[in-house]
Amino acid sequence: MENLEALLAAHQFFKGMTPQHLAAVAACGRWEQFTAGDFLCRETEEAQDFFVILSGSVSVEIFSFRRGPLTTGTVEEGEVLGWLWLDKPFHWHLDARARQVTRVVALKVKDLMQRCEADHDLGYELMKRYALHLAVQFRITKLQLVDMYGT
Amino acid sequence: MAPEPEQRISRPPAPDGLLLPNLFQVESRRRETPDTFTLTLTPAENGGRWPFAPGQFNMLTAFGIGEVPISISGDPARPQTLIHTIRSVGAATRTLCGLRRGDTLGVRGPFGTAWPVAAAEGHDLVIVAGGLGLAPVRPAIYHALAHRAAYGNVEIVYGARTPGDILYYHELEGWRGRFDVRVHVTVDSAAADWRGRVGVVTKVMSQARFDPAHTTALVCGPGVMMRFTVQELMSRGVSADDIFVSMERNMQCGMGLCGHCQLGPVFVCKDGPVFPYSRIRDWFEMREV
Repeated sequence: MENLEALLAAHQFFKGMTPQHLAAVAACGRWEQFTAGDFLCRETEEAQDFFVILSGSVSVEIFSFRRGPLTTGTVEEGEVLGWLWLDKPFHWHLDARARQVTRVVALKVKDLMQRCEADHDLGYELMKRYALHLAVQFRITKLQLVDMYGT
Repeated sequence: MAPEPEQRISRPPAPDGLLLPNLFQVESRRRETPDTFTLTLTPAENGGRWPFAPGQFNMLTAFGIGEVPISISGDPARPQTLIHTIRSVGAATRTLCGLRRGDTLGVRGPFGTAWPVAAAEGHDLVIVAGGLGLAPVRPAIYHALAHRAAYGNVEIVYGARTPGDILYYHELEGWRGRFDVRVHVTVDSAAADWRGRVGVVTKVMSQARFDPAHTTALVCGPGVMMRFTVQELMSRGVSADDIFVSMERNMQCGMGLCGHCQLGPVFVCKDGPVFPYSRIRDWFEMREV
């Protein structure tokens, strides 16, 4: 297995980050593999990890008691999952399930937050990327809400 | 003051095929989605051909009910049959969708401008369609695949509301199976058994590979989808001159005479429906028209 720094450096989310910052982020991470059907996280569980998707595909689901699991989005290679980990009470609001063999770097959010508090330059670099990610997510969600294919 | 008779008849007379409906028969009818059907039509008289360019439309007449503009969705290399995909949304389209093999309908056309498939040669071709918008671009896809060596990357991005709303499902699978074209399909929402992507078209476009400086983009779909798709293409560096959109308006005469489809300074039926975005951009985003 490649080292985590190299995996993160090659990922779109961390593009352009300095080696020092990458090393700090990698120190919070571990490599994980999920097989199809495995849950990366489940609604109401404590949000302990921020997932960097290296390969594979993950469905983000809301469970409906009447209709079963509904997929609201898919997260693929080059994307990240877990955009509410900054918000107390640090609980997942959705289920996320691997649709095929999926490889990730799971970053421990408490460790990551501590490092960001200790090194504001690192925090700023992460938050810049995070803000862009959130902006894209909001744009996508708004388009989904519009139901643009409605007649 | 009323114009003199000479002024009123100053336009060149339109060919009969554009003014009078030609009789066609339904050869086959296929259900694509719960409310969308594809009709294959042949001229009622034997031996007729109906040459058209990708992107053009016909006016289809449901006799006694009404006439509607419908894009041609068949293969331009096979003008012996006409193929139209129609969503049942009103009286005329409901009647057309209910026609059976052997039934007769009227056809006027073909009308309008075409996708610039010849001018795009040598470029990467990015085709982005949403919902029923895949029908008007399908002739361009047929053309590109039949002349595959003339283009760089060919990327087809298609979005629908749900898996059940995907148009030409098996054909998309077939195109995806080719080694020389990349097909990206996404839906806005799905049950957990859907194995494909879920997300909006603009998100999936990030997967498309093209050289922005040498790309021609063909975009067709609902207005909101086209607006955000154009923004995404331009944010990736594609010039407004190289982005082509197919507009939908209330086309009636098909020849720019009646004015029903006027959009600012243009008539969509005659000057469009396919426009370079650079020509239409001021009107494309104007809410009052």
